[in-house]
Amino acid sequence: MTTIPLSWWLTVSAALFSIGMYGALTRRNAIGILMGVELILNAVNINLVAFWRYIAPNDVAGQIFAIIVISVAAAEAAVGLAIVIAVYRRRHSAVVEELDILKN
Amino acid sequence: MPFDPAMFDPSQIPLVEIVFWAMTVCTIGGALGVVTSRNLFHSALYLILSFFGVSGYYVLLNAGFLAVVQLFVYVGAIAVLVLFAIMFSRRMMAAGQSQANQQWWVAGPVVIVLFVMLLAVVGSISWPVTEAEPSGDVVNQLGLAFLGSYLIPFEVVGVLLSVALIGAIILAREKTAEE
Repeated sequence: MTTIPLSWWLTVSAALFSIGMYGALTRRNAIGILMGVELILNAVNINLVAFWRYIAPNDVAGQIFAIIVISVAAAEAAVGLAIVIAVYRRRHSAVVEELDILKN
Repeated sequence: MPFDPAMFDPSQIPLVEIVFWAMTVCTIGGALGVVTSRNLFHSALYLILSFFGVSGYYVLLNAGFLAVVQLFVYVGAIAVLVLFAIMFSRRMMAAGQSQANQQWWVAGPVVIVLFVMLLAVVGSISWPVTEAEPSGDVVNQLGLAFLGSYLIPFEVVGVLLSVALIGAIILAREKTAEE
């Protein structure tokens, strides 16, 4: 058994989640927001793998969930960045506050 | 106390803890760099550092396969995609503009309160930790599970990735004149 208690992993994961949340809430640039979301998804994955290792190490479900989260994160990043590039091409800006075409 | 090589016992070094703290410095330091750096390109490089740290965590947690997946998918694909997107749209921000919006002074305290609440939850629950080790070949078990009891999620993820691939190409494609 590793000597690191489960609560350390959960603490690190909570810190990473909070930092990612701060990035997603405060960045003006859409790519910055996407990077914050990636940090949040990484925090979730640390939690999943830590719970797998400490609570159910003989059931691979935790790792499978983490792999599916990674796949969804990859899909999200690809579509999100494609949207950012398409918007930048039309509006010459990736600042989310200036994207108000649908307003009014 | 002077260092005495005869008394030095290598098995006394808390190697796992040292690696854990090194990876924590990588992950949390990288994440702080991502959200505070004024240059978006530097943010993306800090993001890569953070992904490396998380990969090290997976190694410490006996999830070697996930560590490799993390390196391939996050460092190899997502981080490179982010770097390309930043380089394709070079003048994303007018020079001298702040990277943070007007909500940062609200978001900071909210996020700190959230972190403290999460810590309180982590501290107040006694987790049913087992002493069991992962038995057998985990990669083998993962493959069998993906083609057995988790076949439908596996296929759905495959469809999702195909849709995302096609959608990304269509969204980012340059419109030609005859369209």
